[in-house]
Amino acid sequence: MNFAIRTEKLSRIYKIRGGKKSEPRTLVALNDINLEIRPGELFGLLGPNGAGKTTLIKILTTLLAPSTGHAWVAGYDVANEPDRVRPRINMVTGGETSGYGLLTVRENLWMFSQFYGLSSTVANQNIKHLLEVVGLSDRTNAKSSDLSTGLRQKMNIVRGFMTDPDVLFLDEPTLGLDVGASREVRHFIRSWVDDNPTRTLLLTTHYMVEADELCDRVAIINQGRVLACDSPANLKHNLQQDAIFHLEVSPFNGSLNSEKFEALPGVCNVVHRPQDGFESLDLILEEEHALAGVINTLNSANIRLLNLQKNEPTLEDVFVNLVGQSMEQIEQKGGTGEQ
Amino acid sequence: MSNNPYSTPQVLSHQEGGRPLEVDRLHKNSGWRLYFQTVIARAYPRIIGQQREKSWLFFDILLPLLSVCAYVFVYRAIKAPEDYIGFVVVGGAMTAFWMNVLWSMSSQLYWEKEQGNLALYIMSPTSMMAVLLGMALGGLLATTLRALVIIVLGSLFFHVQYAVVSFVQLFAVFILAMFALYGLGMMAASLYLLLSREAWHISNLAQEPIYLFSGFYFPIKNFSFWISAISSIIPLTLGLDAMRQLVFKTGPSLGFVSVGVEILVLSILSVVFLFGARLMLAYMEKLAIREGRLTENRR
Repeated sequence: MNFAIRTEKLSRIYKIRGGKKSEPRTLVALNDINLEIRPGELFGLLGPNGAGKTTLIKILTTLLAPSTGHAWVAGYDVANEPDRVRPRINMVTGGETSGYGLLTVRENLWMFSQFYGLSSTVANQNIKHLLEVVGLSDRTNAKSSDLSTGLRQKMNIVRGFMTDPDVLFLDEPTLGLDVGASREVRHFIRSWVDDNPTRTLLLTTHYMVEADELCDRVAIINQGRVLACDSPANLKHNLQQDAIFHLEVSPFNGSLNSEKFEALPGVCNVVHRPQDGFESLDLILEEEHALAGVINTLNSANIRLLNLQKNEPTLEDVFVNLVGQSMEQIEQKGGTGEQ
Repeated sequence: MSNNPYSTPQVLSHQEGGRPLEVDRLHKNSGWRLYFQTVIARAYPRIIGQQREKSWLFFDILLPLLSVCAYVFVYRAIKAPEDYIGFVVVGGAMTAFWMNVLWSMSSQLYWEKEQGNLALYIMSPTSMMAVLLGMALGGLLATTLRALVIIVLGSLFFHVQYAVVSFVQLFAVFILAMFALYGLGMMAASLYLLLSREAWHISNLAQEPIYLFSGFYFPIKNFSFWISAISSIIPLTLGLDAMRQLVFKTGPSLGFVSVGVEILVLSILSVVFLFGARLMLAYMEKLAIREGRLTENRR
C-alpha cells in the first residue's frame, strides 16, 4: 500500500523548564499517533488549540524530532532521512511573517524558490501563474511589508505551492483571514488538489467548516490523541442516528446548569452557551423521546422555550460527542496535555 | 499549475512508510547548483535591502566617520606621525565589517527564527551552510561599499597619503581577513541559534572590547606581545595590521609581525572558523530539532 504520510506510535513530549528551584514539567503534545494518509488525499487534522496539530506538522516537516515512534513522508523516515523528505515537501503556516519586508512579493517568492533548486525561469513562470490564480498579480512588485494580513497570507500560499511539493502541509492556513479571503484560499486549495491528483495535502484547522468543506478525510485530535479518523460524511453519519437539537431558552438565573440536563436519561451531550438575553443549548440525544425530559426540566424551573430546532449533525457535533465538550470550551479552559 | 514544465518522473524507493510511488515532479536542481543558487538568493536581500533602506548612510558612514574624526584630531593634537591618520581612516573603514558581522551576521539566525524564516530554511532541501554563506556574501558586498565610502571620504578630508607595496598581497590579506571574519560570524550565528534575547546583549558586550583589541584606531604593537598575540584570534586584528603595513610608508615599522606570518595565520584562521562554523551549525541544528527550539522560544 502506498502512503504519502504514515505515522506509527508517534509521540512527542516536551520538557518545560520551570524556575531555578522548580522541577521541569512535561507536556505530552502527541501521544501514540497512528495515521495513514494516501497519495492524492486532502487530509484534515481537526482539533482545538493545543491539541498537538502543529507539533505533528513540525515532526512531519523534519523541524522537530519525535520522542518515540516513527513517521514517514513520501516513504522516507522524517527523523533519519530528512534530506530525502525535504525536497518533496513544503509548508504554509497561518499568520506567518516569513520573507523580508524590503523585498517585493516577486523577489521574496523567487528567493524561496531558489532554496528548492528551481531555475529562475521556471520559478518566475510559477510565481506569475500562481499570483494570478490567488488574485495577487497586481501586487507583484509591492514590498511585502506593505501587504495586508490577507494578502500576505496569499503570498505565503504561493510560496508553498510554487515548488510543486509531493506533500504539502498547511497549518491553519486561513488563521486571521476575513471571511472573503478565507473562502478564496479554501477554493484555491481544493482546486489545486483536484488539478494535481498525485499530490497530498495535510491541513490542520480548528475551523469545523473548513475541515468539512475541504477534506477527503479528517482526524479529530485532542490532547495529543487521535480520537476518530474518517471522511466528514462518515463521521457525521455515525451521529445520524442520534437526535441533535438546538434550543434557545430564557436566562437560567442560577436555577439550572448543563449538568442537570446531562443527568437526564437519553441525553448524550450538552453544550451550554449563555448569550445576550437568552441561553443556548446544543443537545445530542440518543433518541428524540429524550427531548421530553429536557422540556419538563425547563418547565419545572420556569424557563421559557424561545426556539427549538432539530439539526443535521455537523463535525462540531462529532467533536462534542467524542470529547464531551465543544472546541470553544476546551480553548477557554486552555486544555493541554501538561502534566 | 497545469502548465508547469513537469519533467522527471521519479520512483520513490520502497520504505517502511510505503510502497514505490510514481510522481511526475518539476525539475529541481540539487548538489552544487542548489548550493550556489541558495548563496546568491540569500545574499540578494542584503544587497537589495541596502539600496532600498538608506539609513545606512547615516548609521554606517556618518557615525564611523565621526569616530575617525575624533581620533584624527587627537593624533594631530599630540603631533603623532602623519601615517597614524591613515591608520585611523583604514581602521574606521574596517569597523563597518565588524559591525556587520556582529549585528547582521551573528544574531541573524536568531532574528530569522523570530521572523519564521529559519523553519522554512531548515525545512527546504538546501544546506543551512549555503544560507549562512549567502548572508555572509550579501553582508560582505554591502559592507564593502560602505567601507569604500569611509576610506574615500576620510582620505579626502584628512589628505591621507598611501604608498601601496603590493596590491596582490593587499587583496590577499583583505580576502583572507574577510573569510576568517565572516567564518567567525557564521560560527557565532550557530551559537546564537540557541539563545533568545540574550543574543542582543552578547552583541552589545562584544562591540567595544573588539574595537580596543583589534586596534581599529592604533597599531596593536602598542600592546604587549602576548596581548597582541591573543588579540590576533580576532581576524580583523591581523588583517588590519597587515593592510596598514602594505599601504603606509611607516606601516612595516609599526607592524606586529611580518605580513607573511600574518597571511599564514589568517589562512589558518579562515579554515578553522569556516570549518568550525560548518560543524557547529550541523550540531546546533540537530540539537535544536531534538529540543524543539527552532520554532519554540519558551521551551
